[in-house]
Order: sequence, then structure tokens, then C-alpha cells
Amino acid sequence: MLVQMLTLANAVVAATTGEGFWFPEQASTVAGSVDFVYDLILWICTIAFVGIMLAMLILVVRFRKSKVLVPQPSPTHNDILEISWTVIPSIVLVVLFYVGAVKYIDMRESPADTYDIYVTGRKWSWSFEYPNGYTDAALHVPKDRNVRLMMQSEDVLHSMFIPSFRTKMDVVPGRYTSLWFNATQTGTFDIFCAEYCGQNHSMMRAQVVVHEQAEFDKWLAEASDYIAKLPPEEAGKKVFETSGCKQCHSVDGSKGIGPTFKDLFGSTVTLSDGSKIVAEENFIRESIYEPKAKVVAGYNPVMPTYEGKMNAEQMRVLFAYMKSLSAQGGAAP
Amino acid sequence: MSTTNYLTCSKGWKSWFLTLDHKRIGVMYLTAVLSSFALGGLFALAVRLELFQPGQQFMDPTTYNRMFTLHGAVMVFLFIIPSIPAAFGNFVLPIMLGAQDVAFPRLNLASFYLWMAGAVFFLVSLLGGGIETGWTFYTPYSTTTADSSVVSALMGVFVLGFSSIFTGMNFIVTIHQMRPKGMTWFKMPLFLWAIYGTALIQVLATPVLGITGLLLIVERVAHIGVFDPALGGDPVLFQHFFWFYSHPAVYIMILPAMGIVSELIAAGSRKEIFGYRFIAFSSIAIAILGFLVWGHHMFTSGQSVAASVVFSALTFTVAIPSAIKVFNWLSTMYKGAIVLNTPMCYGLSFISLFGIGGLTGLFLGTLSVDIHLHDTYFIVAHFHYVMMGSTAVAFMGGLHYWWPKMFGKMYNEALARVCCLFVFIGFNLTFLPQFVLGTRGMPRRYFDYPERFQFLHQLSTIGAVMLFITFFVMFSYLLHSLVRGKPAPMNPWGANTNEWKCSSPPPFNNFDVPPPMENPYDHTNLVFDEKLGGYRAKQVINS
Repeated sequence: MLVQMLTLANAVVAATTGEGFWFPEQASTVAGSVDFVYDLILWICTIAFVGIMLAMLILVVRFRKSKVLVPQPSPTHNDILEISWTVIPSIVLVVLFYVGAVKYIDMRESPADTYDIYVTGRKWSWSFEYPNGYTDAALHVPKDRNVRLMMQSEDVLHSMFIPSFRTKMDVVPGRYTSLWFNATQTGTFDIFCAEYCGQNHSMMRAQVVVHEQAEFDKWLAEASDYIAKLPPEEAGKKVFETSGCKQCHSVDGSKGIGPTFKDLFGSTVTLSDGSKIVAEENFIRESIYEPKAKVVAGYNPVMPTYEGKMNAEQMRVLFAYMKSLSAQGGAAP
Repeated sequence: MSTTNYLTCSKGWKSWFLTLDHKRIGVMYLTAVLSSFALGGLFALAVRLELFQPGQQFMDPTTYNRMFTLHGAVMVFLFIIPSIPAAFGNFVLPIMLGAQDVAFPRLNLASFYLWMAGAVFFLVSLLGGGIETGWTFYTPYSTTTADSSVVSALMGVFVLGFSSIFTGMNFIVTIHQMRPKGMTWFKMPLFLWAIYGTALIQVLATPVLGITGLLLIVERVAHIGVFDPALGGDPVLFQHFFWFYSHPAVYIMILPAMGIVSELIAAGSRKEIFGYRFIAFSSIAIAILGFLVWGHHMFTSGQSVAASVVFSALTFTVAIPSAIKVFNWLSTMYKGAIVLNTPMCYGLSFISLFGIGGLTGLFLGTLSVDIHLHDTYFIVAHFHYVMMGSTAVAFMGGLHYWWPKMFGKMYNEALARVCCLFVFIGFNLTFLPQFVLGTRGMPRRYFDYPERFQFLHQLSTIGAVMLFITFFVMFSYLLHSLVRGKPAPMNPWGANTNEWKCSSPPPFNNFDVPPPMENPYDHTNLVFDEKLGGYRAKQVINS
């Protein structure tokens, strides 16, 4: 009965306010119910507010001094009246709390069968890593499938906000936060950063592209094949940026946690045991797969192994990128 | 009229800057908070003008970020929190009690100078380039940003906190110890109940803000690792600490405003306040419940689902005492004789705007809906309806209500009512469109925005300009009244609280003989006297 009344009220709201006055399109499974609860509250508030304003207006007109001249005696309190306007709003509030909390728990606790995408937020961009290891600046997801975003931040707080999905979650450095949704419409929708993160906070936007499952699989296969599609230096730059190299290795000569890549390839480096070695393909390959075997003097052996995380193809384009950064041009002596 | 009053009893700058008189301290606070309001208003205008169109208008993103940070910080810490308690509380509270001063006059002056010291720290950070962390100082942004003005701003917050704590303690002791014989707790004017509830929050919550600010300074300077995850700290912990104060602080802002409105509605309706006990208890209920709801600022922060559910439930309980007050104010008007003078107009304006501010809180307390609305313009609109539409409007109501008492001059009543109307229109034009911006997904603190949001932003900016002009006119006629205003009668509004039983402006010691104890809301004995231009007691006719 209650549900029917609410549905009816909701339909009236939709008819009176016009579709889409308040919200962007409903593109996820939760959007409809969020909007429904919004409309429900809107109705309650409208009735309460109009009631208060009408009462105020009537009282001001009816009891204005120029008309009544002097105040008339009336009770200064009335327990039944006052208790009733305490209890009745309380009941309404309990209902609101309940409908809001139930849906919230659904929205926050992800189902078991999710397609997981790892998200990294940083000043001021997003990157999305798919299960096959491919990383992209846009979020592509299959339609009608439970998708979970496992999110982390490299610097300060950010917040993943997808208005058309009616969902939002802060991205916190030092821990994973997660978010799940099930997109119901194909198309392209906005992603905003909703937690203030400094100078270009308002530019920290991205897009979510929803595909049919088959289209999505096709997109992912093609996008992941960037090594074949791009010139080797550019593909290598992409590997460098998305594999975690750039967090420790600079490309401009500045000292990081590891040696800079500028002018590295083909140069002679001194190792921690005092011996010298030329930084060519074999040394770098060993440094990627067995980072602790030969450590450059002045650096700590803190790099994790990329055995199984970086294949020969990726390494080939990475070498091409490193050569492009080096004055030696990669010519081994 | 020629007898000396607190303004004329002594002269020279020392007689002001070293005064222990609660009325002069109140006037100094009033000057200080109004200056802060003007400064914060300029920042707001800059923000709104920049947002008139997408892209850059006349400032770069970093300047914009500084503008909204300074707007928030100045308005919250220098204007709203001290506004009503420090300015009107100081001036009115002892007179309402029939007392000669607050319990600790020296502490009172010290509080004022602490406020000034805090304001100086703010000015230092302003001259040092200004802060750009947002007034909430969220970590790790605030601990890692290169902007070193953060430290001086936080020192300002720390010092201002002590000003607030001392004022609160002073008021609590004054209300406990200095009520005259016969004025039991339930015969106090409701403004005092509100100030009392506010003082409890000031004393109990503000220390947490002080410690949080100090920890943040130490984190920045010594990298101890409390809030910064790179050092082993927890950024969400900062949010808990921050909102543990800053949510109750919302009630430091709104409770005294509600107290003023209780006075304005009773006086403007010429009627005894309806449901006195419910209003008084609801003030205390708000003060207590306000401590338990801070987590509703953090529904998307990464706090646990269980915590969010509990905080949502507690949040809804605060709605009840607020609703009670609104119903009681309306009932007070029933069978009254309503005069739409300027203070009453502000009172009615408050009920409308607080109605919207309070009711839109229901959307945000409801968990599933808040996920979408959190950190959008819907929040911005909601808290401006509460802080500006409610607290600042009540402050303006109090200013117009007590102005004749404070300075002994009447302002231009017709112009004042027109300004009240334009504040109402300008305010709604500024902030109603922001609710729609929020539901449509426009995030807050954005320098640039997609073009589809432009029309609503432009409406909002036009409203802000209208507000700015209106406040300029208001300050002009108020200042003009000091020079050219008609002398104010003792009791221009026909209210029966004690401040209307001494001359306007009051004498230095308020009362030679404490006024007789009466029901503060019994207006039946007061009649309007054309010759005085105000109200006087009926008995005088018979004698």
C-alpha cells in the first residue's frame, strides 16, 4: 500500500517537474531508486514547506495589528498539540532513514561476481587498469555487468563521482576504497573529482564509456594491442607511465628513488660494489627482472621484481623509449 | 535624554580599548564582525563573478582556490561563530538579567583581544599570499601543500578558539550566578536559553578544534605522521577530529540565531511565546544531539558502512527540535497583533529560509541520496541556507532590533524593510539555482565547469551582486542613522525583556535598581505612545 502510494506520488512528481529537471540520465541500476527516494523527500518537504508558508501568510494577514488592534488571549502551551508535532515528524524521519540506509548498504557492499578495475587518482588525472594489465585514461565498462572499482590515490584525497550512475566514493592515499555499479545504458558519461585536490581540481575529469559486452571485449583487445599500433618510443612511454616506473625514475635528470632515465641508456654506471658496467639491454633486463642483483651506487635495493609483470614486447618498446631519452642514442660502445 | 549613557560617560581611545563594560565590548565586537562580514563578502563576490562563465574570467585557478578558502575561513571563524554570541550576547545578556555586567568583565575584554589576535594571524596569512586548502584544511592536502600560510591561519583558528571558549565560560557562569531573584530558569528570556546552549558547545567542542589545529601544524612542521598516510598517519582521522568540532559549530551558529528569532516573533506578534518549555528544551536538545552527528559529513569518505548508518539515524533526530521551534513560532503568532516592522520581517524571512535550509538537510541525511549530493552545489546551497539564510538573516534581524537600544538612534524604517525584502530575493536567487546545479552533478570548489551548468551559475551570480548592493545600502543607512537618525525611544518594539526597561542607549551601569521581575513575554501591560514613538507601561496613564 505504502509502496503504491509512493509510486503514484513519484509519477506525479515526474509529470509536474518534467523528466530530467533535477537529475542527469539514469544510467545505472541504483539511479532509479536514488531518484525515487529523492522525489519522495521532495514531496514531503514541499508539503511541509508550503504548509508552513501558508500558515505564516494566513497568520500575518489574519492577525495583523491594523486589523485586530490588540492581541487576543489564547493558551500559551498545549501539550497534546506540541507532542503531536514532535511525534508525527519523528515517524516520517524514521521512514526516510530506513529507505535511505537500506539502499546505501546495497550501494556500498559489492556483489560477489564483479569485474574489477583498478583506479589510480593523482593530481590531476585518473588512470584505469584493466584485469589484463592494460591501463587507460578513460573508464570503459561492459553494460549490464557488476563492475567494481578498486581505488587508490598517489597523493591527496580525491573523489570518484559519476553523476549519471548516482555514485561517489572518496579516493584515499594509503588504502583502497571501492565502489561498484552496474551500468544500464551504453554511452559516454562524465567522471568528476568531487574532493578538492588543489590547483586543477576542476580539470580532474574523465569519462566512462559503457559498451555492450561484446563491444567491450573488442575494445579492450584492440586498446591493449597498443604496442603493435604505436611507434615504439610512444608505446614505450605508455609502458613507462602505466607500469609504475615513473614513480621512482625521472626522465628529466632529477634524482628519484631510482636513477633517472635521462641519458642512462648506453652510459657507464658504477655499481654498489664499485665495479662499472654499461647500461645496455642485458643489464636493464636483469635490473627489471632481478633488481637486487646489480644495484647502482648511491641507491637502495628497493625496486620490486617485474618478473611476470612485464613481457618481452613491453620491454622492447621501453628500451626504445629509454634510447630516445639518452644522448648516447643507445649506441652501445 | 540628556543624561549620560554608556557611550558618552567617558571619552578617549583608552576608555574604549581598556573598557570592562560589556556594552562597549559588545559594540567593539559588532564593529569587528561586521568588518569581517564585509571582507568575507568581497571574497564571495569575487568567487561568484569568476564563475559567471566557464573558463578563466579574471583570476587563475590558484587565486580562485584562495578566494573560496578565504571566503569560508573568514565567514566561519571571524564572522558567524562570534557574531551573535560575542556581539549581541555581550551587549544584551547582562541587561536581560538586570545585571550590571557579565561575571568576569576582565576575561571578557581578554576574549576580545584574543579575537583580535586571531584576526591578525588571518591577516598575516592573507598578506602571505592567502591559503588555498579550503576552510576545512583536509589532510594530506593541507600538510603537503607548499603554501606556508596554512600555519599562520591555523594559529589564528587556535587563538580564536580560546576567545570562543572564554566567552562561553563567561556566559555560563553569568547565567548561573547572576540571574536576579525570581528569575528562575524557566522565566529567562529564550535568547538566554539559546546563548546558554551555545556556550555549552563552545566550551566543550572548541578544545577539540584547537588540538586538531595544533596537530596539523606539528604534522606540517615536524612530520610526525598523524594525518599523512605517507608518514603512517590517517587522513580520515583528521576528518573525524575536524567535524567533531565543526559540526557542533554549526549549532554555535544557528542556536543563538533561533534565540533571536524567538524574541523577534514574540515582540512582533505582541504575544506571549507559545510553548516556552518546548523551545527552551529544544535548544538544549540541539546542543546535545549536535555532538553526535559529525559523521554525516563523511558518508563517502571511507568511514565504515555501520558508522554511516548510525550517524544517519542520529542526524535525523536533530531535525525534531528544529521543527518544534518552527511550529511554536507560528503558534505564537496566532491571535497576536502582528506588526511588520523590520525586525519582524527578518524573523519571518528567517522562518522561510530556515525552513528550506532545514528541510534540504533531510535529503543529505538520507544515505542513498547523499552519496549523489555529497560535495556538489546542493551542499553549498544547503549550508548557505542555514548559515547565511538563517544565521546571518537572524543576525541582521537582531541588528535592527537592538540597534536603537545600542546607539539610541532609529534607522530609516521603510528603507530597512525594502532591504530586508531584497536580502530575501537576492539570497534565494543566489542559492536556489545551486540546489539544481547540485542534483545535476556540479561538484563544489570548481574553478571551471561544463557549459551546460552556465545558466544556473549566471542566475546565482546575479543574485550575489544583488545581495552585495543590498548590504551596501544597509550599512549606509545604519551609519547614516548614527548621525541623522531620530532619537530612539526606550521601548520601540513593545517587548518586555529587561533591555527595554532602561534608556536607549543604556546608562553605564544599566540599572540603578534592578527592574522588577516580570514574565518577559507578557506584553499586555504595554501600550504604544505616539508622543514617545514607542511603548510604555499602562500604569503611567492612571497616575
